Amino acid sequence: MLQGTLDLLILKTLAVGPAHGHSIAYAIERQSDEVLQVEHGSLYPALHRLEDRGWIASFWGTSENNRRARYYRITPAGRTQLTAQTNRWDAIVRAVNRILKPA
Amino acid sequence: MSLTRFFRRSDWDDERARELESYLAIETDENIARGMTPVAARDAARRKLGNATLVREEIYQMNTVTLVDGAWRDLKYGARLLRLNPAFAVVAILSLALGIGANTAIFQLLDAVRIRTLPVKSPEELLEIRIADPVGGRTGQFSGRRPSLTNPLWEQIRDRQQVFAEVFAWNGVGFDLTTSGEARTAQGLWVSGDFFKGLGVPSLVGRTLTADDDRRGCAAPPAVLGYGFWQREYGGDPSIVGRTITLDGHPFGIVGVTPASFFGVEVGRAFDVAVPLCAEPISRGARTALDKKNVWFLGAMGRLNAGVTIEQARAQLQSISAPIFQATLPDYRAEDARHYLEFKVGAYPAGTGISQLRRQYESPLWLLLATTGLVLLIACANLANLMLARATAREREIAVRLAIGASRGRIVRQLLAESLLIAAVGAASGALLAQWLSQFLVDFLRTDNNRVFVALSLDWRIFAFTAVLAVVTCLVFGLAPAVRATGTAPANAMKAGSRGSTDTRERFGVRRALVVAQVALSLVLVVGAVLFVRSLRNLVTLDAGFQQDGILVLNMDLRRTGIPEERRVATFAEITAKLAALPGVASAAQVYIMPVSGSGWNNNIVIDGKKYTENVNFNEVSAGYFRTMGTPILAGRDFDERDTPGAEKAVIVTQLFTQKFFAGQNPIGRTFQVDETPGQPRPLCRIVGVVKDTKYTDLREEFTPLAYFDASQAEKPDPFLQVALRSNAPLTSVTSESLRALGEVNSNIVVQFQTLPSMVRNSLMRERLMATLSGFFGALAALIATIGLYGVMSYMVARRRNEIGIRIALGADRRAVVRMVMREAGMLLVGGVVVGTALAIVAARAASTLLFGLHPGDPATLAMAAAGLGAVAMLASYLPALRAARLEPTEALREE
Repeated sequence: MLQGTLDLLILKTLAVGPAHGHSIAYAIERQSDEVLQVEHGSLYPALHRLEDRGWIASFWGTSENNRRARYYRITPAGRTQLTAQTNRWDAIVRAVNRILKPA
Repeated sequence: MSLTRFFRRSDWDDERARELESYLAIETDENIARGMTPVAARDAARRKLGNATLVREEIYQMNTVTLVDGAWRDLKYGARLLRLNPAFAVVAILSLALGIGANTAIFQLLDAVRIRTLPVKSPEELLEIRIADPVGGRTGQFSGRRPSLTNPLWEQIRDRQQVFAEVFAWNGVGFDLTTSGEARTAQGLWVSGDFFKGLGVPSLVGRTLTADDDRRGCAAPPAVLGYGFWQREYGGDPSIVGRTITLDGHPFGIVGVTPASFFGVEVGRAFDVAVPLCAEPISRGARTALDKKNVWFLGAMGRLNAGVTIEQARAQLQSISAPIFQATLPDYRAEDARHYLEFKVGAYPAGTGISQLRRQYESPLWLLLATTGLVLLIACANLANLMLARATAREREIAVRLAIGASRGRIVRQLLAESLLIAAVGAASGALLAQWLSQFLVDFLRTDNNRVFVALSLDWRIFAFTAVLAVVTCLVFGLAPAVRATGTAPANAMKAGSRGSTDTRERFGVRRALVVAQVALSLVLVVGAVLFVRSLRNLVTLDAGFQQDGILVLNMDLRRTGIPEERRVATFAEITAKLAALPGVASAAQVYIMPVSGSGWNNNIVIDGKKYTENVNFNEVSAGYFRTMGTPILAGRDFDERDTPGAEKAVIVTQLFTQKFFAGQNPIGRTFQVDETPGQPRPLCRIVGVVKDTKYTDLREEFTPLAYFDASQAEKPDPFLQVALRSNAPLTSVTSESLRALGEVNSNIVVQFQTLPSMVRNSLMRERLMATLSGFFGALAALIATIGLYGVMSYMVARRRNEIGIRIALGADRRAVVRMVMREAGMLLVGGVVVGTALAIVAARAASTLLFGLHPGDPATLAMAAAGLGAVAMLASYLPALRAARLEPTEALREE
């Protein structure tokens, strides 16, 4: 996966609502129709990094099946970042497409 | 990354662990729901998550300042290694502690005596006022420790100068605290009115002295106490003001106490009590020097006016010099007067105070600092050697770490951390040791009559000095081994240990060079030690012309006895006779100047109208002096009853006097006159006897021509009497008997006792200090170097076990093995001795002024030092040689 895309995917997933690590991993897999396979372990350093930058916040909660789990939610700064990164992603995709499929 | 997170990173790690655990729990639940067995579900969850430890480590790293964390871990690792190897740790830390401690102690003394400024307000503005480069013309009486000016001269300068905001003068003097019996002196100061104001020293209790206290003829002058004296004598009583202190038998009202940091203007002394200069006649009575133009006893300083430079101050003082010296010209002989009128008043920076101690000990202290520096260097070389050996032992470990990707810098850093740990612990212990050592040195210099005071405080300079030492030593002994250890290619290192590896030979060369350097440097120190010890021995064993053992000296103060001047000669004779008659006393005699006490009295003489320019030293003794001192009378007679006050002046001269002035011919019956100043009588002195030469002011000086007058013919003696008595009885019984006898003559006599051997010993303080310390450091250096040699030889034997085993197995004589090892050690030793001798010859020149009766490059000394060091070193290498010879070939070969 491209450097930075995981951050973008996490932010996008959390924009819908708070989630814990396990459900974030499955959400990414599911929503990409199982194309993007995240190694679940690698999710956690990314979560830590995002929290470190203040884009997401965390709290301990109870999961659907009654397990203690650490939940993450997106912060206002995270939403701004999501918009900015989405725009940049679009720009990159358009640029790459122009090269790959010249009109 | 915030600092809180750095310190809380292990909490965070726990949190991550729980979070990952929660992931596993949820995933396992779901897997079970999908129909897996619990065990399979858990395994599948783990696979899905990946390496949890790696994840945690990655997050942990994010919260870490890698350098700090790494350094901390290196230090912990280093500490663990040191704990595992306590013998090495103890040797390393101890040798560094000794080296750094000695350096710090000497530096602390140098700092106190030489570098630090006086603890007063803006010390850099203070200038000492004295005559600029006086050449001749300053004759008369000198007293005190800074006899720069006479009082008339001081008053002229005070009234005429315009460059100083304040000027002040002082004289250090001993005040007697008792009125009878055995003397107890306080370190006193006569100070001019602006002394405390000029220095900017406030009072701690009460007030200090002011200009109003110092008015000529002051009848009831006040006294200010020094802090230490206030604590010692009065227990720091806060209501001290208003009490009275008796000085030289006169009451002074105490008005205040100075702060603890203030000790006066002389570094090396602490004043006990200060009184205004106008009180000088109270102590000295008719002998007051306040109006005497030829009694030099005052030191003076001034605080520069704002904006005045030292050059401007000098120029102004120079411009007012002529009228000042014109107005204060003493009754001098013509040539002295000419010199005197050409004098100029000078000004010299005095921010660090003035100090006799400094003049006497500055160069020895620098020399000692160099010595201790060398000791530290030798200790570092030794440690470097040990570290090299350890690095070699860890060669494979380091190679493996390099091979699996550790960076070289990282490993060097880790090896350095261990050195740093040793250096830090060594420096800390050294700093503690230094406190004790510097106090020991100050105590060494202190005697009953010379109460040396050195303010040994810890300031930033000392901390900086010790810290720099620690870092430098760490780099010196740690860096080279660390860099070398990581310098070999891993593949080579892995192979090392097998036969034929070449890099160990090269590394071994470095270790050999280190040993040669150690031997060379320690030889320098041993040579120094032998030079100083032999100098001291020369001084102690030289023939001073008298027998010092069993001589007790009594200094008596008869100022308060009320005995009139004309009866003094008779009273002195009576006292001397009474003392001579005491049980256990063989003989007693008056003596004006005790040999080697540092005092002197000299003048020129005129023989048959011809004036000689060579100075003659004088003394005044009573009959029996030469018998008491054990100085043989070679011709003529001792003084006797013929030499009455009215009769012709009798003198006894020394051999050298006869040689210089009578060409060695019999001088008995010949006469001379003392070249007194105009107006003084010049009686004819007739020589009645010749005695053996004796040392006069100092043991170190050459013999000088010396003439003794008869004390019973003295004109107007001062109310002071000094008697030397020879006795075999115990000291305490003689002193108590003497006190009783003196009390019978007059109850107001104050007396001070001193033995001649202790006076002689004290006069050789500097030599004893140098001999003791250089001896100690020399021995220490030799010991460290010997350990170094032993270490290298043992290592060499261990490295060559196979080879030696094979040699023995093939029938080599065991003595040949010993010879082989000893030859190796001998080569290192010879190399070190050759280099060391060259260094020592150069280095000893720096010490030449401190030597007595020895040339700095004295061949016997060099030979003794080299032989001594060589013998010890060869003995140390004999052990490994013996071990090599006793090697069991089967065992040595099986090991491979």
